Amino acid sequence: MNEQELRRLIGAVKHGKLSRRGFAQRMLAVGLTAPMATQLLAIAGVAHAQPKSQYKPAKRGGGGLLKVLWWQGPTLLNPHFAVGTKDQDGSRLFYDPLAAWDPDGNLKPKLAASIPGREDGTLAADGKSVVWKLKQNVTWHDGKPFTADDVVFNWEYAKDPATAATTAASYNECVVEKIDQYSVMVKFAKATPFWADAFVGTRGMIIPKHLFADYIGAKSREAPTNLKPVGTGPYMFKDFKPGDMVSGVINPNYYENNKPYFDAIEMKGGGDAVSAARAVLQSGEYDFAWNLQVEDEILARLEKGGKGKVEISPGGNIEHIQLNFTDPWTEVDGERASLKTKHPTLSDPAVRQAISLLVDKDSIEKHIYGRTGPATANFVNNPARFVSKTTKYEFSVDKANEVLEKAGWKKGGDGIREKDGKKLKFVYQTSINQPRQKTQAIIKQAAQKAGIDIELKSVTASVFFSSDVANPDTYTKFYCDIQMYTTTMSQPDPEVFMVQFASYEAATKENKWQGRNITRWQNKEYDDNYKAAQSEVDPVKRAAMFIEANNMVINNYVVIPVVMRPGVAATGTKLNASISGWDNNTWDLSDWYKDA
Amino acid sequence: MNRQYIIRRLLIAIPSLLGISVILFGILAMAPGDPFEELATNPAIPPEVRMALRAKFGLDDPVWQRYLHWFAAMMQGDWGFSFQSRIDVDKLILQRLPVTLIVVGASQILAISVAIPVGVLAAVRPYSIFDQIASTFAMIGFSLPTFFTGLVLILVFSIQLDWLPFVYRADINATGWAFYAEHIKQSIMPVVVLGLAQAGTLVRFMRSSVLDVIRLDYVTTARSKGIGERKVIVRHVVRNALIPVVTLIALQLPAVFGGAIVTEQIFRVPGIGSLLIAAILANDTPVVMGVTFVFACLVVLFNLIADILYGWLDPRISFR
Repeated sequence: MNEQELRRLIGAVKHGKLSRRGFAQRMLAVGLTAPMATQLLAIAGVAHAQPKSQYKPAKRGGGGLLKVLWWQGPTLLNPHFAVGTKDQDGSRLFYDPLAAWDPDGNLKPKLAASIPGREDGTLAADGKSVVWKLKQNVTWHDGKPFTADDVVFNWEYAKDPATAATTAASYNECVVEKIDQYSVMVKFAKATPFWADAFVGTRGMIIPKHLFADYIGAKSREAPTNLKPVGTGPYMFKDFKPGDMVSGVINPNYYENNKPYFDAIEMKGGGDAVSAARAVLQSGEYDFAWNLQVEDEILARLEKGGKGKVEISPGGNIEHIQLNFTDPWTEVDGERASLKTKHPTLSDPAVRQAISLLVDKDSIEKHIYGRTGPATANFVNNPARFVSKTTKYEFSVDKANEVLEKAGWKKGGDGIREKDGKKLKFVYQTSINQPRQKTQAIIKQAAQKAGIDIELKSVTASVFFSSDVANPDTYTKFYCDIQMYTTTMSQPDPEVFMVQFASYEAATKENKWQGRNITRWQNKEYDDNYKAAQSEVDPVKRAAMFIEANNMVINNYVVIPVVMRPGVAATGTKLNASISGWDNNTWDLSDWYKDA
Repeated sequence: MNRQYIIRRLLIAIPSLLGISVILFGILAMAPGDPFEELATNPAIPPEVRMALRAKFGLDDPVWQRYLHWFAAMMQGDWGFSFQSRIDVDKLILQRLPVTLIVVGASQILAISVAIPVGVLAAVRPYSIFDQIASTFAMIGFSLPTFFTGLVLILVFSIQLDWLPFVYRADINATGWAFYAEHIKQSIMPVVVLGLAQAGTLVRFMRSSVLDVIRLDYVTTARSKGIGERKVIVRHVVRNALIPVVTLIALQLPAVFGGAIVTEQIFRVPGIGSLLIAAILANDTPVVMGVTFVFACLVVLFNLIADILYGWLDPRISFR
């Protein structure tokens, strides 16, 4: 899909010929995310959709206790320190961002009075600034009013390197100014098509200035409010035991009428995913359970208990196979898989193509992941009718054989193909995790039929995903031929995500393997395209460039996408909870309610 | 009781605790992993943030320096703070300790109160039907791991019968009797799982110990003096047979804290065991150090208690 086509589609949405959802789906099919698609529409002047509220209760409270299960409980409740989503989810009970991402990738106002847009001039045409208008009736849990000063303070707090905030990346590149008591302006040095990052979604929660002002920078750990949050959210802090329990009681002054429905909330931590699923689906002891990365077969069996249902929320996470472009078996200057080497066999595009033909994604989806891992040709799963041109996957041993044969890889006496004395023998590593080992086995079997010998290796997750410089088995070192894991797309914009294929980001000894490009694929064309996309003013052109970038990665077989990993949660049958793959599980907690 | 002896034993404990702390720290430093691993795999968090945190928490210093730092702080009663939650370690442990003490304590009481009478009765009539049944159950008790019995109990009592909850909640919104009733209800399964595993070993031990004593001449003498059978058993046999059992109980207690780790995980009991597991998985060194150090102190303490109890049970054992 090129720029013209994109513009035509945006025009179609503008004239009502194409639905917003239809547009978002087409964007998904070419590797963009739903939030990015809706942002494109906003910049092009198509008004934001007003997500319809499904909220039914006619009065605040009266819903009793809401019991939710996070099998890894939150360990801290300052959103700017959040290490993982569990901490963000926990903080979200008490804190709100200005706006949040709904399941379709639309923005829903929280502390903001409205979503910035071109129509009312709050979104600059050059993409260099955005004005947020704040709700005026919001008070902190301690009764103090919420104002623009709080918003500006959060920017100062997060960008201070001494605070070491995990949200820093969202605030480093912008300048935030107070316009009046209830509006702020976020200014960017360069045109920023993805402007809804600071103060939005997972990293956008706002903490109160009056309680944190004395604890900015190096003293940030000492703030008493780190452990006893005072926010604007639907629930007020009651008790916190790190890793075990977060509890809250209803906020009687919540800024939206008739919300929240529950009188109190308990977020319990600990245990494992299977028993968490059991507590919701089978025994009904709990109303909601988070992140159930459990085999679908087990979930389906537990669901028969009839006490709850499994909720799947698509996001950007993807289980994928990486092919090494450097030689992991030769040491150069004290470093294996050095950029100075070339992989003896995988550097041949025919070999990479053959391997991608040998990944039986449909079987992997059907027999291993089920609903929790739809097969994908791309970085995002796509509706079948859009697959045709750019994104296609195929499983065919015959075709793989044909491709290899044509490229001159002939079967030797042992049934393994070779050329110029180099055999197609690979080591394929991943972390220890049952579905991954099963996937490995399926691929190994298919490869055997095509004359490729694959040796399987599995590494404990805590070693594989560590950044330990001394350990040879980490995924960033990639000291083998093929590896597989899930890469998380924690930001709805692909810029950060796609940097992992830029040549200059290669993970090497020099940067202590912190570079994001793990396959060490070197391609000037990609770099040029990526750099151009970074500084592209026109959001539509930029989107087209990312689509192109995605195609390059797929068509060069740099990585082979296997299955999408959507969010999986369990909810009690009576609970109504909207779960978004683009935001925290608790993004819309104020709207959760139970059917009578 | 010999005060000098106790003081000397406590002094001897100091070097062993020191040694334990050095070894623990060394192993933790050598183990793979990084407390900020999750930050490393998240592309949206710049590496500088992680580097700043590492520098801030002193993780980039050499191991010996970190150890001395930890030791010096410990001497002043500062246990350090968790890398994960940034809360002081002593606070974290104190938050979790009461629950562990209640659950482990209750399970020990259950184990002892079941095992001693059953063991004695089985030994008094060896190879009777009662003995056979008791032995069979004891065998099952100590050969089945707690994660298995725990799951079986959950399947039967929570899923099938729906009688008991299987998620333990430390905070219960109730007062008075309802509060205690809820607590007892949710404690039944973890306490039974832990208690029965303990009781299995204890029954076997008690039985063989009583069998050893009951054949001794002084028991025959006591019987021939015409003292009632009940009195012979309680006053003369059991008291002497208890000596090895007391050692076992005292030495096993710290191990029970360890066994509770698995049970705590299954039932989501927020005790120090689950704190330790979470800290190990997150490479949260200060918390792991704190918790294991508490365990080490418990081992030393219970060893001492066992020795003191000896003297009370058998005055012939002297302290030197």
